[in-house]
Order: sequence, then C-alpha cells, then structure tokens
Amino acid sequence: MKVLVPIKRVVDPYAKVRPLADGSGVDTTGAKFEINPFDEIAVEEAVRQKEKGAVTEIVVVSIGSSASEEQLRKALAIGADRAILVETDAVLDSPGVASLLKEVVEAEQPQIVMMGKQATDDDSNQAGQMLAAKLGWGQATFAAKVELGSNATVVRETDTGEQTVTLAYPCLITTDLRLNEPRYVALPGIIKARSKPLEKRAPSVIPAAMTKVVSVELPASRPAGRKVASVEELAAAIKERGAL
Amino acid sequence: MKLLLIAFNQSDADQSGGFIQALGLEADAIILPSQPADAFAASLAEKASGYTHIAAVSSMQSKDAMAYLAGVLDCAMVTDAIGVVSPSSFKRPIFAGSMIATVETEGQVVITFRPSGFAKVDGVAAAAFDTTSPSKAIVTNEAKRGTGRPDLGSAKIVVSGGRPLKTADQFEAVIGGFADSMGAAVGATRAAVDSGIAPNELQVGQTGKVVAPDLYIAAGISGSTQHMAGIKDSKLIVAINTDANAPIFEAADLGLVGDLYQVLPELQNLLKQ
Repeated sequence: MKVLVPIKRVVDPYAKVRPLADGSGVDTTGAKFEINPFDEIAVEEAVRQKEKGAVTEIVVVSIGSSASEEQLRKALAIGADRAILVETDAVLDSPGVASLLKEVVEAEQPQIVMMGKQATDDDSNQAGQMLAAKLGWGQATFAAKVELGSNATVVRETDTGEQTVTLAYPCLITTDLRLNEPRYVALPGIIKARSKPLEKRAPSVIPAAMTKVVSVELPASRPAGRKVASVEELAAAIKERGAL
Repeated sequence: MKLLLIAFNQSDADQSGGFIQALGLEADAIILPSQPADAFAASLAEKASGYTHIAAVSSMQSKDAMAYLAGVLDCAMVTDAIGVVSPSSFKRPIFAGSMIATVETEGQVVITFRPSGFAKVDGVAAAAFDTTSPSKAIVTNEAKRGTGRPDLGSAKIVVSGGRPLKTADQFEAVIGGFADSMGAAVGATRAAVDSGIAPNELQVGQTGKVVAPDLYIAAGISGSTQHMAGIKDSKLIVAINTDANAPIFEAADLGLVGDLYQVLPELQNLLKQ
C-alpha cells in the first residue's frame, strides 16, 4: 500500500510573527520554518504504519519554492521513502493547492492520501477536503486513530466526541493533534536522508487564485484588566459587567 | 447575489442572524440531517449551484463538510469569517488568531463563520432539507460524550479547568458542577486533556476549540499562549489561580488570586443571588 503525504512549509508555529509595516502581509523576516505540525503528524503516522507492515511506500510532496526542500528532507529523515517538490513561487489558495495535488495523486496512484487537518499559518482547514472532493474520494478528517487493513478504519474527533468510520481505498485522511507524537530526528538522521530521492516537478498549469489576502492587521487588543481582592468583589464585578 | 445558509442543527440557525445581517443579501436557510462530507456535498451540490454564497456556522462538522462542498463546486472558500467587509471581502483570523487577514474572493464562495464576530440578532427560520446521498465513508460507531451541557462554541458562559484539578472525577465535580449551576459549557486546557483529566472535545485553545462567550472563567489555568489564542475574543475573562504571577492574569479582565476549590463554590453562591 502506497501513501502520499502532502506537507506544507510554514513559519515555526511558536515564533512570534507580526503584520508587515504596510499591512500587506505577514512579516516572516528571520523566522524559522518547519513542516506544518499537523502534516508532520501525518508523516509520522505513515511511517508508523510502514513499520507495522501496513504500508509499503511513503511519498511526501510539497508545493512551493525550492526552500521547501528543507521540509521534504526532514520528512525523509522521519522515514518517508521519496519526495516530490512541485516547484512554484506562485501564491496559491487551498483550491489551487488541491488542484496541483490532484495531478500528483493521478501520477502516483496512492491508496491513501494523509495530510494535516490544517496549516498553522493560514488555518484554513480546506485543502484535504477539496482534494478528496476533486478526486471523488471518501474522506475522514480530524483523525485521532488510524487502522489500515482491508479497509481504513479511522476514529475521528467530532464536535461532541468521537466517530468511527470505515473507508475503502483509495481514501483521504486528515490528521489531528492526538493521532501521535512525531519522533525527534537528530541532524545526522537528516543528513543521512540526503541519499533518498527528491524529484522536482513543475506544475502543468498555475491555478488562478479565487481567494486573495489583501491585508493583515493585529487584532484589537484587550483593555488591561485588574485583580480583585475577594470573591465578593469578583462576583459583584461580573454582575456589574452584565456578563451573566 | 443570494445566500444559502446551512444549519447542521437548530443552534446553528439560532446563531446565524448576525452574519446574515452583516452580509446583507437575500437568504434562504435550510437545516439538514448529519451525513458524511461526500454525501453532504452530493445532496447539496445542485441546490447550492443556485447561490453565490453558501455559509454555515464554524464547527468541525461544517469544516469537514463545507470544504468538501467547495471542492465539488470548485469555488472559493473562507474559513472562520469574523467580519464582512463586502459580499466579496471577509475578515478572518490567521496564525491562531494572532493576526486578522482581510480576504477577497472571486466568484461563488463557501463560508464558515464564527457567530461571535457578529451582532446578536434573532436567528433564522431554517426549512428542513432532507435529501441524503450514499457515502464512501461508513460510520460504524458514534460516541457522543455530550452531557446535556451547552455546546462550547456557542455557550454564553464557559468554565474551564486546568491540570490542578488532578483527576477526571474532580474535574467533573468541580468544573462540571459549577458549569451546571450556571448553565455553562465546560472547557479544559490541553494539559488537562493530555493528562486524561478532561475529554478531547473540551480542549480550548489554538489546537482545540476557539470560544468567545460573554463570560469565560479560567480556573487553575496558567494561561499558555496556545490557550489564550482560543479565548481572547471572550467578552469578559475571569481568572482564578493560586499563582499571582500566572500569565493568565495579564490577559484576564478580572483576576482573583486564590484556590479554585474555595473560590468556585463561593462564587457560585454569590452569582446565584
């Protein structure tokens, strides 16, 4: 069984980032970049499934500039077998990403596409579902547990608890936080993974963006609060603010 | 231009008035039964093609289903809208709410929105839309852990607890008990969830649910960045913590240094008066 894992290069989610001075975008000067944490969980899951014998090949793919090679190399170090970089500097929205991934899926013919539920930069939570829709595949989003046998059985998180779904292959799974904790890969592992194949492809066509970020601003800041001295004072202040 | 408002339950319909008003378009509203995303999209694709805007309240269910629908319709999508600039321009949080982006859309658009970003006005009457379709995903088990408490995303009051609650039983007794007396929803920190004190779906924060109630009470919560990202749109944040230096006090509107085991029961009595 072959698994395709799309990964996105994102600003380190723990870094403090701000809007550009002119508000035209996000200032990423000096920021570290990482694999989107939810995508890294997908890579880890694919590798664990391979270690269990349920998966035979893991292909990671990223869409972006040559800088994304760094994240693909890390995914190879975690245990993916080979990597594809769809190289473009174009600004893509989720429908565009899904279109380009669809091309890769059609070329690679994986039984499963596994990817993060959302990227920690734009927080869109769209690309996986849109890809499944474009392929006409069944999907299981927000995966908390994955078992791969004659079917894929996925325990997925819902608004009110958990749901178990069974999917025939091919299918798409998006990964949530609790699925696993990705392993730590030390530098020697990343260097060793340099011998694994990384292929660069150009997209056949650059999809036109249907959504465009035109400005970025800081959210309204909260007025400074105050400490109260007693429970009585607290209760009175809550009532006074009409919060009940 | 015309809006199709999709409600997955009555609460969605009740919370949609503000968004519809802000968008300012003629709107039809439907409420439909729960079904997997591919079936949802198949059931709706034909009807949805007659609208320029298709919107639903943000939730895990709507993100799962509406993004699939946007994929079928091959149209733009805006997730977690918190403001409407024009029918083709929306504000939404990015980077876990640390910034707000204005997004312009081209053509038909699917939107999920956070009701907390919009005026509280009367809900919308949603007509039943009972079309269902076959799905490639077979649901074999559904574990609803709902306890009859209000939904975290839409509750007016949320009470959250952290790791100082120590056990699931204590968490339920202290935080759950207080919540029930106030008609509040229960939330938890990631630390509390990861240590098994509280179930997954109660996690509030960057990696859990984003809440914006009228009143958010954080009991025994230090205030990690990732937790604060999920609560900062709350109208009034109240923090109760034994550590006077906990970062939560910087963000809280009202803070009380004290032991939650003593404070919460007293507060419960005083608020009831």
